[in-house]
Amino acid sequence: MSVQEFFAMGGYALYVWPAYGLTLIVLLANIIIPVLQRKHFFVKALKKKR
Amino acid sequence: MFLVPDPVVRFFHRMASPPHFYRFTERLMPWLVVIFLLLTATGLYGGLYLAPADYQQGDSYRIIYIHVPSAWMSLFIYVVMAIAGAIGLVWRIKLAEIVAISSAPIGASFTFIALFTGSLWGKPMWGTWWVWDARLTSELILLFLYLGVIGLYGAIDDKRVASKAVAILALVGVVNIPIIHYSVEWWNTLHQGPTVTKMDKPSIHVTMLIPLLLMALSFNVYYLIALILRVRVELLQRERNTQWVKYRILENRQ
Amino acid sequence: MSLSRAFFAIIRRDLVLALRRRSEVANPLLFFVLVITLFPLGIGAQPKLLQAIAPGIIWVSALLAAMLSLDSLFRSDFDDGSLEQILLSPHPASVLILGKIIAHWLVTGLPLLIVAPLLAVFLGMPTHSLGILLLTLLLGTPVLSLIGAIGVALTVGLRRGGMILSLLVLPLYVPVLIFASNAVEMASSGLPVSAQINILISILFMALVLAPWPTAAALKMSIN
Repeated sequence: MSVQEFFAMGGYALYVWPAYGLTLIVLLANIIIPVLQRKHFFVKALKKKR
Repeated sequence: MFLVPDPVVRFFHRMASPPHFYRFTERLMPWLVVIFLLLTATGLYGGLYLAPADYQQGDSYRIIYIHVPSAWMSLFIYVVMAIAGAIGLVWRIKLAEIVAISSAPIGASFTFIALFTGSLWGKPMWGTWWVWDARLTSELILLFLYLGVIGLYGAIDDKRVASKAVAILALVGVVNIPIIHYSVEWWNTLHQGPTVTKMDKPSIHVTMLIPLLLMALSFNVYYLIALILRVRVELLQRERNTQWVKYRILENRQ
Repeated sequence: MSLSRAFFAIIRRDLVLALRRRSEVANPLLFFVLVITLFPLGIGAQPKLLQAIAPGIIWVSALLAAMLSLDSLFRSDFDDGSLEQILLSPHPASVLILGKIIAHWLVTGLPLLIVAPLLAVFLGMPTHSLGILLLTLLLGTPVLSLIGAIGVALTVGLRRGGMILSLLVLPLYVPVLIFASNAVEMASSGLPVSAQINILISILFMALVLAPWPTAAALKMSIN
């Protein structure tokens, strides 16, 4: 199977890849949001200290 | 606590203490990430590359590797949320309350993914983006239940009270989910239009099943990772006036 | 005072209070009638079409009317502090709360049964399905009050509880909607409906036994 064939998904690329792409975005967002919140918490708390 | 071995009880007692939980998950996290990446890589390799195309649905069925695990997770997380909420209500364990509410957005995300991927899978199979299929419909109602939990938590200012409210609501929801599921299933068999061909479960072959199970495991580990991250933030915010958080801020140990 | 006397005293008190505030009783009823008369105006008055969607319309409107009436369930008692008295009484709070829910159903749910035949005629439902429609309303609307009570109890302390209430309560109404409207639909085509009725009865009993607990717990939480 060539790379092109793989990405073509037997003609269903328009359905398969958006599904995987959206899943990736949603799952990443659920990681990034709490990490940013924690960073923000420490930045704010440190500012208060000074 | 009879029947439960002593070390297990001790482990849970210590985990219920916020600073200990924070330290323990800090060390656990890299391992979880490695396991998650390994599971996902092998699962996707097996599912997208090794597994053959379905003889009826062609390659479109490959959405199954995220759709079905997401649907499983959406239900599983709701149950976890209700159990954690119940533990929080009965034993007043702060960590359990936080686990319950931190699970809600993750569960809602998985529900959304299951709906969206189901719609994308349905388009080539049914010819439309949305069909009132029993599974999609109950998934949609589950999403509303999650949004209710999140909305209720957001609407109550006192977060201790909000946690209690969420626990009660999650318990009511968990009793209702089987009834809703059954009723939707029943409704669906009666109203099935003639044009709708049910999304057949592809006669699942081992080469398809193994990646599916790997992806389900990977999503479970992902849930653990995302949950821990959220719980840690919530712990910091609720305990910001305690010694252990102050020390962490002083030393900037995130 | 014994528990049963306290239970009936609460029902009587709430009924007397409801008689003084008649608009609160009339509003959900008017809403119910109004929504149903809007449908033929919105989708056209072809008798066949109306007949086909009549059970669904009537039940969806009943759901919305029940939801609108929920706010009056605990509102005034919450505001004037008598709810706290009820919860502090030596009797089990869940039983007393059940009394309040029953009284509420008697003044907001039961009247729907009285106007339902009229609306069924408006929508051209066959007369032989009328009995089943009334039976489903009789079995279904108490469930709506019981489940709704949990939602109001959770949100009664909030300033803007109204929007969130619909999000909490409507998904839980789905089984009642499905079985009740389907029973009416089947009855219109002359098919047997005992399965749906039996399910509705068991849902009603489950709700009667289970719903007062979380309601009482949520009220205790809302009061503090």
